Amino acid sequence: MITVDGLTKYYGERAAIRDLHFTIQKGEVIGFLGLNGAGKSTTLKVLGCVLLPTSGHVTIDGFDVMKDPHEIRKRIGFLPDTPPLYDEMTVEGYLTFVCELRGVSGDLVASRVTEVMKKTALSDRRDDVISSLSHGYRQRVGVAQAMVHKPDLLILDEPTSGLDPVQIKEMRELIRDLKGEHTVLVSSHILTEISQICDRYLVIQNGEIIAQGTEEQLATQLGGGTAGVVIEVELVGHTQQAVDQVKALAGVKDVTVTRLEGASSTLRIEAEGEVRPAVVKALVAAGAGVLKVDRTAARLENIFLKLTHGKEAA
Amino acid sequence: MRNVLLISRRELAAYLRTMSGYIIIAVMLFIDGLLFNAFAVPGAAKKSSEILADFFTLTSGITMIGSIFLSMRLIAEERQTGTISLLYSSPIHDLEIVLGKFLASLGFLSLFFLSTLYMPLLVAAYGKVALGHIAAGYAGLLLVGASGMAIGTFGSALTRSQVIAAVLSGVMVLALTTCWLLGKVTDRPLTDVVTSLAWWGHFDPFRSGLVHVKHVTYFVLVTFLALFAATRVLEARRWR
Repeated sequence: MITVDGLTKYYGERAAIRDLHFTIQKGEVIGFLGLNGAGKSTTLKVLGCVLLPTSGHVTIDGFDVMKDPHEIRKRIGFLPDTPPLYDEMTVEGYLTFVCELRGVSGDLVASRVTEVMKKTALSDRRDDVISSLSHGYRQRVGVAQAMVHKPDLLILDEPTSGLDPVQIKEMRELIRDLKGEHTVLVSSHILTEISQICDRYLVIQNGEIIAQGTEEQLATQLGGGTAGVVIEVELVGHTQQAVDQVKALAGVKDVTVTRLEGASSTLRIEAEGEVRPAVVKALVAAGAGVLKVDRTAARLENIFLKLTHGKEAA
Repeated sequence: MRNVLLISRRELAAYLRTMSGYIIIAVMLFIDGLLFNAFAVPGAAKKSSEILADFFTLTSGITMIGSIFLSMRLIAEERQTGTISLLYSSPIHDLEIVLGKFLASLGFLSLFFLSTLYMPLLVAAYGKVALGHIAAGYAGLLLVGASGMAIGTFGSALTRSQVIAAVLSGVMVLALTTCWLLGKVTDRPLTDVVTSLAWWGHFDPFRSGLVHVKHVTYFVLVTFLALFAATRVLEARRWR
């Protein structure tokens, strides 16, 4: 679907991205990770045919970004970091305009717009003027404009940026629903979001891809076959006994109390390997009531931090 | 052409839905009416055709200045709000973007022209003027407006700030207005060249009811060059 070979983009004298190489298969959901200024948005803009590369080759569905940008534009939907919305238009009017702009034939426009508004839960806001919408709804309209013409490839730059937790959950479910229907390339700073919706990751830093693969593959690349595991536990009662019992477990490296409110507390446990069953047993043995045990969320963050810090140290 | 009309329709709707365009046109109409009353009408011995000619002179200046303010948002605002990404990532050519916006702005400027019609009609009602004179004058105004809007579109493509876009376009219009002054310090044939670049010299026959191909060509050429330059700027931005 996408082949990137030696992609480089300079802004004046400064290289925003340098010699990027990666491929993305049809139907994949790819997470694009990187700190601010790492080159994520520039890469996505080149893939979205908004910017032209200084050097290198990018092909999407066999079409070259330099030679056949129009063919590529017909096949992609692009949501930049700021949703490209015309504030004075209504939601339906705007999506109709975008649908026509992307070359959808006249008789299909109305049905496509209705369909995308249903998917993005915008149907009850169809007549609202965009300037009157909340940030969450604006972001939804941004995603809707990217997918209204049913593109093969969806490029979403920070779709969860600035959303509240409920809106983030809704956006995550929306992106998850796109799986199978579209190839999706999504960037985000909120790594826990990425971890729950992506098949594979590209990690970029200082304009270079420093790692790529599945979560497991990234962990392996760090050496020792594991990136370490961070578990967050919410419990009620017997906090100190629980800490002591967990600390004594094999594989547990460190236990920290991150929140203590009356009898309720949250523990952050750093460990190697799968220790959750043993942790739960230890907590129960200590007499604590276990409310929540969560591992996955912090794991990708851990990998990401180790990758980026490791590279910086090198 | 489909894309040009699509962009033009959206842009025209944006003019009609927001207040800024109406305010600019209202100010233009107010000043035009004041100047018409103060400078074109007075003079008992004035012929109707002379009043009409003065009206077209005043209106052409207001059209040129108003064009700068009406067009300053065309592309600068797209860059300011980030909506340019939508246009850049859609299967449309940069020329279609520029033409769509230009046509919309010219369409909106036509509202101003329509609103000024009462002045020549008053002259016609109380005096004797040829309809051809009015038609030629308005054809000239449309050409002046097209040139002004094209220059404004170019200025708007150069920057993301609407104020800077207006200043840049203003400087270009000022240069085309005052370049004849250079003729005073140059020798022929350079004098002829710089003098012939001044736009108001080419509007002069229109105000008297005359339409010459060479003067039409001048305005068409200015419009074409400015729109071409705006298109090149949009193309160049993809490389930055």
